[in-house]
Parts: sequence; structure tokens; C-alpha cells
Amino acid sequence: MSSSGARAAPKKGENYELRADLNSEYRDKRKDAIKRVIANMTVGKDVSGLFPDVLKNMQTEDLEQKKLVYLYLMNYAKTQPELVILAVNTFVRDSDDANPLIRALSIRTMACLRAEKIIDYLSPPLQKALVDEHPYVRKTAAICVAKLYDLKPELAIDNGFIDTLKEMVGDANPMVVANAVTALMDIHITSQNMLESGAETPEGVAKVTWQINSAILNKLLIALNECSEWGRVAILTQLGRYKAVDERESEHICERVVPQLQHANGSVVLAAVKVIMIHMKHISSERADLEKQLIRKMAPPLVTLVSSAPEVQWVALRNINLLLQKRDDLLQNEMRVFFCKYNDPPYVKVEKLAIMVRLAGENNVDTFLSELREYASEVDVDFVRRSIKAIGQCAIKIESSAERCVGVLMDLINTRVSYVVQEAVVVMKDIFRKYPSTYEGVIPTLCANLEELDEPEAKASLIWIIGEYAEKIDNAEELLGIFVDSFTEDAYLVQLQTLTAVVKLFLKRPDRSQPILQRVLDLATKCDSPDVRDRAYIYWRLLSTDTSAARAVVMAHRPAISLPRTTVSPAVLEELISDIGSLASVYHKPAETFVGKGRMGAESMKKSILEDEVQAREAAIQKVAAGQVAENLLDFDDAPAVEGVAPSGIAAAVASTPGVSKVLTSSNPLDDLVSIFGAGGTAAAASSGGNDLAGLGGIVSPVSTAPPPGQGLAGLDMFGGASLPAAAAPTPAKPPATQPQDDLLGLF
Amino acid sequence: MASLVAILDLKGKPLIQRSYRDDVPPSYIERFLPLILEFEEEETQVTPCFTHQGINYLHIRHSNLYLLALSKGNSNAVEIILFLQRLCSVLVEYFKELEEESIRDNFVIIYELLDEVMDFGYPQTTESKILQEYITQESHKLDITAPPAVTNAVSWRSDGIRYRKNEVFLDVIESVNLLVNANGNVIRSEILGAVKMKCYLSGMPELRLGLNDKVMFESTGRASRGKAIEMEDVKFHQCVRLSRFENDRTISFIPPDGEFELMSYRLSTPVKPLIWVEANVESHRNSRIEYMVKVKAQFKRRSNANNVEIYVPVPDDADTPKFRAATGTAQYVPDKSAFVWKIKQLGGSREFLMRAQFGLPSVRNTEETERRAPISVKFEIPYFTVSGIQVRYLKIVEKSGYQALPWVRYITQHGDDYSLRTVVERGNTPGGGPI
Repeated sequence: MSSSGARAAPKKGENYELRADLNSEYRDKRKDAIKRVIANMTVGKDVSGLFPDVLKNMQTEDLEQKKLVYLYLMNYAKTQPELVILAVNTFVRDSDDANPLIRALSIRTMACLRAEKIIDYLSPPLQKALVDEHPYVRKTAAICVAKLYDLKPELAIDNGFIDTLKEMVGDANPMVVANAVTALMDIHITSQNMLESGAETPEGVAKVTWQINSAILNKLLIALNECSEWGRVAILTQLGRYKAVDERESEHICERVVPQLQHANGSVVLAAVKVIMIHMKHISSERADLEKQLIRKMAPPLVTLVSSAPEVQWVALRNINLLLQKRDDLLQNEMRVFFCKYNDPPYVKVEKLAIMVRLAGENNVDTFLSELREYASEVDVDFVRRSIKAIGQCAIKIESSAERCVGVLMDLINTRVSYVVQEAVVVMKDIFRKYPSTYEGVIPTLCANLEELDEPEAKASLIWIIGEYAEKIDNAEELLGIFVDSFTEDAYLVQLQTLTAVVKLFLKRPDRSQPILQRVLDLATKCDSPDVRDRAYIYWRLLSTDTSAARAVVMAHRPAISLPRTTVSPAVLEELISDIGSLASVYHKPAETFVGKGRMGAESMKKSILEDEVQAREAAIQKVAAGQVAENLLDFDDAPAVEGVAPSGIAAAVASTPGVSKVLTSSNPLDDLVSIFGAGGTAAAASSGGNDLAGLGGIVSPVSTAPPPGQGLAGLDMFGGASLPAAAAPTPAKPPATQPQDDLLGLF
Repeated sequence: MASLVAILDLKGKPLIQRSYRDDVPPSYIERFLPLILEFEEEETQVTPCFTHQGINYLHIRHSNLYLLALSKGNSNAVEIILFLQRLCSVLVEYFKELEEESIRDNFVIIYELLDEVMDFGYPQTTESKILQEYITQESHKLDITAPPAVTNAVSWRSDGIRYRKNEVFLDVIESVNLLVNANGNVIRSEILGAVKMKCYLSGMPELRLGLNDKVMFESTGRASRGKAIEMEDVKFHQCVRLSRFENDRTISFIPPDGEFELMSYRLSTPVKPLIWVEANVESHRNSRIEYMVKVKAQFKRRSNANNVEIYVPVPDDADTPKFRAATGTAQYVPDKSAFVWKIKQLGGSREFLMRAQFGLPSVRNTEETERRAPISVKFEIPYFTVSGIQVRYLKIVEKSGYQALPWVRYITQHGDDYSLRTVVERGNTPGGGPI
């Protein structure tokens, strides 16, 4: 038998020796040989050639040896499909063994082999196992049905296994219930995937769908209190999928799930939070007390999660961040819990910081600021920068604290640590945007650090500040002159800001700044970046044609910035909240964006985009109607959004000023631009062209300045969201404003 | 669900792995570490979960190992991360220490465990007490292995346990976390409490634990003798009937056999620092740095703090330490960039001083920012709880009607974050700068 292997075996080497030992007449020697085979397999050596020899040792009274042989089979069944068939007999015999452990082991392994040949023999033993007297066998069999369905759906359906599973949800043993629920859920997901890839028909899927009704709901709620921790997670997941028939039932579910918040296992806690968040929405409005109570009860368990191991903490923190976006009343008085520990891993610190910004309010801002100041003196540069950013976010979020925030920033700038100063300058710029003409007193301090700035963003920020307050800075020409001198060596981002700042200066003090303007325009129009060149030409032409139009464009009133309440769109937030604990909620991205193509329903993706679109449109209309526009603070950090504002402002001004419309029809650069975007040459159409242009500013510029790595799609989303208000903002024409936004959304 | 679970060494080489669903090829394990290195190079945050080309990598660190799970779909991340954590503690309980060597030596049993703790990517039994009943290190015969308690309604305890003497040991351990800022104000404090049990009881005993729980006193309208405490969040071992607790705050359970943690609780009531440490630092740039450390035991005279260790951070490049302590011993710990002052026993209300001096290199990079770690303190105070929690009773009822004795012990100790931030001292150096 040993010589009947697939290939002629070598007469020497380790495998040769192993083969001899596997066929030894002594039991101990054979067992030892199997262990060595497994050891070789573990370190990645190919021992598939020993398949028949190992197989012979499968029939044994020794449980450990049996498990080892099974393990070997699982590994090599795919490469030796012809030989696996030899194992079937033993498997089938084992499935009748007196010991429930062996019975369960045999069907569990059989279903794991994933070999077509053996699957055909699985049905009869599985049939028996599903109704086995021992719950251990039944719970194992339940999962086997899911394995079988994954391999051969028709086999699972035709044998009535799915129906048996549905009955098992009513099993007396809670572990069996939990695994039956798990299996049904797994089958559901698999069937959806197959439907999408075309491997399964809607009728086929209908056969395996499992609807929870009120009777099943009660069984689940009872089993929930009795089963093991992981079983609870499975049941809670199903409760989250259940659609309650009325308000009473929603309340009932919430009340029954609340005790699970006390469970020591964090995944049970988060699963319970999820169920409560889902069903809380449907509680009748008269039971506001219950809702309040539920929110109150969720807080302490969430806080406790922050004391777990760092990895668990991080996952919990990501979810807490989402929950706070939905319910900002959830952890109102708990900010201290999120204070960073000195030895927290960086990924935990970053999350804690984000959550603290969310929780910051007038009552706790002082403690928060003193914490931030402490963080700003740590050694982790990335964390220090984020802490300084948080100071800015604080100032923008809480108006009454702005002055104290500025004070802290000034202290930090005085430390003269390069990266601290640079970040503080960037943050100061945001504060200037939010509170124009309030903190001009600090400008000299900022300008004193001009030499220290070498990062494009910090440079651009300072230049913007100088341009904005040029009339109040005596030596503005001189300061900007420094940047004009180094113009050709600077990043595009800095070049664009320098250009705009000089134009602002010229408009404010035309007498003194003519030479510097000429110099910067000369340099910029010869720049190799089309963005810089185009902007320079536009300014040039505007200035030479009509300075009042230029003034309207360059010095246009900009909308105030504010902190976005959510980092994802409302529809996505809703989806993520109902999926708390999942990878999607940890990444803060909808599942479709990271699971492989064809795995998740394209249907649902379309739907959510559609919903998104509807919501965004509504929001845009509301904004326009209300005449107030908020702009995303985050985007200014990545500067391009600001660049987006400028060109759109131009187009708007172009459209609204009849005098300039001649320029539009007759002269080249803008005309070219407009025609690129397919808008007609008429003044009426130009307004929509302007919007497209703004949108493009938002889309194209981030590419040229390279968005921060790792943000991927979220980054794109952000810019998409950003260019919306940017596009809507300066355009006086109201109704058509929604049109281009649809186009924009289409792009994403 | 997880498609695959693997344990990797620090070089990213898989030591052992188990595939549960066939949808992720094992070859992806080897991509894990290169990805992490790539993230580090790009200065992107390396997080416990990330996605790359449609594969999700979820991992935890344990000493110098990675425990990694791969998955393809939108899996339950919390569940998987906690499962890995649990797997880790199961393996630790089996092999005392979980490291490369113990994995290599025990691969057979680890395979067996991996087969049992997860099925088709769904966690099953991770209760190591139960696993140890049917997966043992000694080789076993078929007839010996009794069907396990895995699926009992009481999945954590087997039938037929017998002891000649029935005893229960209760340890109430409170860990204090505390953060004091440089001005000496407590800015954060919390008490993390745990009730640990050692159960040596026969049969299937029903236990009821009574604490001086304020909520319970209030709900039952009973007047409490003495102080009642308000626990902010209570977590229970799975043996405790949660719905019962929710209804009337009764802690009733059938305990697992042997050692386990029955419950944990948290209190964020402000705590006065039990051990107060003050450090006066005087830095003479480019020559030496001097420390004067004062420790004060701020608790009642009749209690004692044992094994007090005070870690005071010093600059990385400090040298030639000199110490003078009024009590205990001081020692330089260069690998932690700190010195430690150890006091075997510190009596309540006592106060001590110590001085330390280090040399500093005469030339140093002025650009370099100094690490400013906080002072951290370790200690334990027996027979004392900060919160004032008390075990009022522990009732043990078993159908055979035996008498069992409960023993209770209290201890308060440092939490994993008991730290006092140091004062920013501006030594007599021109220019200042962060120190």
C-alpha cells in the first residue's frame, strides 16, 4: 500500500523515514511519526506525499492520534481528492461512535475537508447528528449545515437541513440555539453573495431566508440569558436584524437586552448597545423617559471598555466615536475617562483625542485645554500635532473658549519647537477664519516665526493670514517679498497662497505694492503647475480689466467655518450605527468600500448612495434657502477646498457682473475653462459652469497636493462634501445650484 | 467571523495557523508584517484592524507574538479581537507562558484547542477550565474522556465535583488609577475593583453574594448600617444571572470550580491620592540634575502600604547616580530612564525624603526635546479598600446541605496608571526651552 503513492517515493530522506515509521508495527512509533509529520506540516514542509500512510493510522482508539490524522486530512484533502475517499468509511463509522466527542469530531472534520467526493457522503451522518441526543453533537452539526451550504447549497436544501436548522432555534439547549442562529445567519450572508455573483437564483435564496417572527423572538430572548458569551453575540446580532411589529415590542426588546450591558465580555456589551440603538428609534414618543434611561444605562459599560486591553480599547473607542456622532448626550460628563495615559499606544491616543473634542463643552473646556497643553509637550510628533489641532477645534467649537485657546497657542509658539510652531500657525489660521478681526494682536508673534516655517501648510497659512490682514501689517510688502523671493522653490500650495495674498495686498494698498505684484504675476504665469498659472492669468486679467470686480472676487466675504458634527454622511452613519462592532463601524466606512467586489450586495450600495443623494440634496436646498452656509473646517486643513472657493467666486462674479461678461465671451482663459466643462458660452449657463469649476477645484487639487495617505475613500468623501457648500456658497443664483451638486455626487 | 487564525513571531513568520473557512488563502498571513512595516514607513498609524486588497487583518500583540485573524467580509471586529484575547489567555493558562518556544513544544495541543475554540470562524468554547477537562496535555484514551460540560446550561461547571472540606476564598481587590497634574491637582481618578474567588465546593452549589451596594439598599428600602457604595458599572462573569441582578440587584450564581473573577466594578468618585509623591527637580544644564523626592502615606495610621515602588523619570543620558534615602533603597534603572525608590513597608501618615543626583553630559543636542514621563507609583495596602466596599454575606446552598466557610480578604493596590506629572522645572539655564 505504501508504495502505491501518487509518485514513486524516494528511498532516502526524512519522508522516507517517516513513511517507515508510519507503517511500523509498534503503536507508539506510529503515533510519534504522525506527530513529526504534523510538525513538518506546521513549519511549512510538504508532507502530502505521505497521505496514504497517514490515512492508515486513522482507525485508532487513541483520541489524540485520531485528531492528528483528521488535522492532516484537513490540510491535504484538497491536494489528494482521489485518496480522501479512502477515509470516508472511518468517518462514517466514527459518526456512530458511542462517544459524543468523536461523533461531533467526525462530522465537523468531514465538512471541513471541502472535497466534493466526501461531501456526498456527509448527508446521512449529518442528518443523524442534527437530531443527536447529545447537545454537543447537535451544536456542531448546526454549524456543519452552514459549511455544507457554502459548498453545495442544493444539497443542504434538498436534504431539508435548512428546515431542521430553523426548528433547532427552538432547541432546549441554549448553545444549540446559538449555533443554529449563527448557521442561519451565515447561510443568509452566503446566499446573498451567491445571488449577487449569479450563482444562485432569487427563488433559491428565498428557500433559505429565515424570518424571525414574534414566537422565535421570544425563544431568542430566553436563550439569550442562558447561553455562553459568544452565543449571546450571535443572538444579539439577530435581534438587531429583527423588525419589531410595534412600539411595544421595541420597548420589550430593549428592556430584555439591557441586562446584557453588565456582561464581562465587551463584544456582548457592544452587541447589546447595537440592539438598543436600533430598537430605541421605534420606541413611542411618549416613552421619552425610557429612552433617557436607556441612554443612561449604556454610558457606564462603554466607559468601562476604555479600561480594557489596548486593542479592545481601540475598537471600542472607534465605535464610541460613532455613537457620539449619533447621540451627543451619551457620555456628557465622562470626558476625564478619555484622558490619554502616558503609555497608551499612539493609535489609542489619537482616538481618545477625537472623542474628547466631541465631548468638549463650556463646562469642561478648561480641564481639556490644560490636558492638551500637556500633550503638546510629549515626544510623539504626530500626537503633538493632533493635540494642537484639537486646541483649534476647541476654539472653533466653543466660542467662549476661543480666547483661552489662543492664549495656549501663543504659549506653544513661544516654545519655538519647530513642529509645534508650524502646527500652531496652521491652527491660528483656522481661528482667524472663524473669528475674523478678533485676534489681530497675535499677528506680530506669528510673523516673528516666519523664518522657522518650512512646511508648506504652515507657510501657506501664515501667508494667508498676512494677505488677509495686509492693511494692518506695516511691513506686509517686505514679509510677502520673502516668499516671493523663494517662489520658484515653494510647493504649489504655497505658491497659490502667495499669489492670492499679494493680490489682496495690492487691492488694499495699490500705491506701494505694484512692483511686488508684477513680480509675482511674472513668476506665477511661468510656473509649471497649471493651477498656479491659470489662477495668475485670471487675476491678471481681472486686475487689468476691472479692479472692483477683482475686489469682489478676491476679497469676497467667506462663510464662517464650523466643526462638522459627523465625519460621515447621515445615511452612512445610520448604517454604521446599526452595525456597531463590525469592521465597517471600526473603519467608519460602509462595508461595500472594503469587502471584495461581488461579495456584498451592490443593490444595497446603490440604495445607500441614492439615499445619500436625496439627503445631500435636501440639505443643500435647505442651506441655500436659509442663506447660511457652513464650511468644513477639516478641508481647509487640506487647503484645496479654499482654492475651490476662489475660482467659483470668480465665475459667480463673472456671471453677476454684466460688465465682465464681455470678458467672458471674448477673451481666452476663462472661456477655455468654461468650455472645458461643457457649459455654453452664454452668461446664464456660466453660473452652472462656475459651479462645475468649483467642484473641479475640489476634486483636482487634492490630487495634485496628494491627500494624506490612508484616508482613501473617506478622503474623497470629505472633499466631495466640502465642495458642496463651496459651490453653493458664493453663487447668487439659487435654484440651479442643486443641479451641479448632483453631478458632483455622481462623480463619487 | 474569522477565516483564519494564526500566531506569528515578530518577524511575521507564522508559528501555527488554522484555516476555518476556505475563502482566504494562508499565503496572506505572510503579507501581514510587510504591510505593517509599510504603514510605519509611510508614518500611517498602525491600528489593530486594517483592510488591504479586500482582506481584513485583525491582530493583537502578546509579548513578542502577534495573534492574527484574517477575514474577508464585514465581520464583527470586537468579537474577533476579544476572541484573540481570550485565545491568548487560554494558551497562557495551558502553558504558563505563551511564547515562541511554548508554541513549538505544544503544537499538537494548540491544534486541538484551535479546533475546539472556533468552528467555521465562529467562536465556540473559550472557557479554559472546561477545555482542560477534555483537552489535556497527557495523551488520553477514548474511554477516559467523558462528554464535556461544554453544552450544559451551566457550561462552566462539571457535575460530580467533590471536596472533603468545602471552602470559598473571596479576594476584593481595588486598583486605583490616578493622574495628578504638575500643579498637584488630581485631574482624574478611578477605582477599578474586582472580586476574585477561589471555589472549592462540592456538587452544584447555589451562591448568593451580598455587598453594601447603595442601589440595592435603596431599592429594597432597607436602611444600611454603615456606608453603602455606589458602583458605577458592574461586570459579571458569565455564571451570574444578569436578569436577576437587573431586577433586584441580587448576585446569584453557580460558580465555576477553582479560581475565577466573579465580578468587576468601577467607581469614579474622586480619590485622595493614597501615596503622595512630590519631586523637586533642579537641572543644571550640561552638568548635573538633582532630585528631592518626598513621599507621604495619606491613609490611616493603622494601615500599611507594602512594596512601595516610586519610579522617577530621569533624562536618557543621565549618568553617575548618587542616592540618599531616609528609608528604603534607591536604584537607577537605565532601561526605563528612571530611578526607583523601593520602600518595603510604609506606615500610614508617615512621610519620608530622598535625594538623588545625576551627572549630565556636557555636550548635547539642543534641538532634542526631552521625554517628560510622569512619576509612577506601585504599592499595595492589605486589609483596606478605598471605596469602602464590604462583603455582607456569601450564602452557599447545596442540596446535600453541607456547611461551607467563606473567607474574605481586602486589598488596595496601584492601577496600571497611577501617575503624577512632574513640574516643568526651568533650571538656571539661559533660553529655557522644554525640559
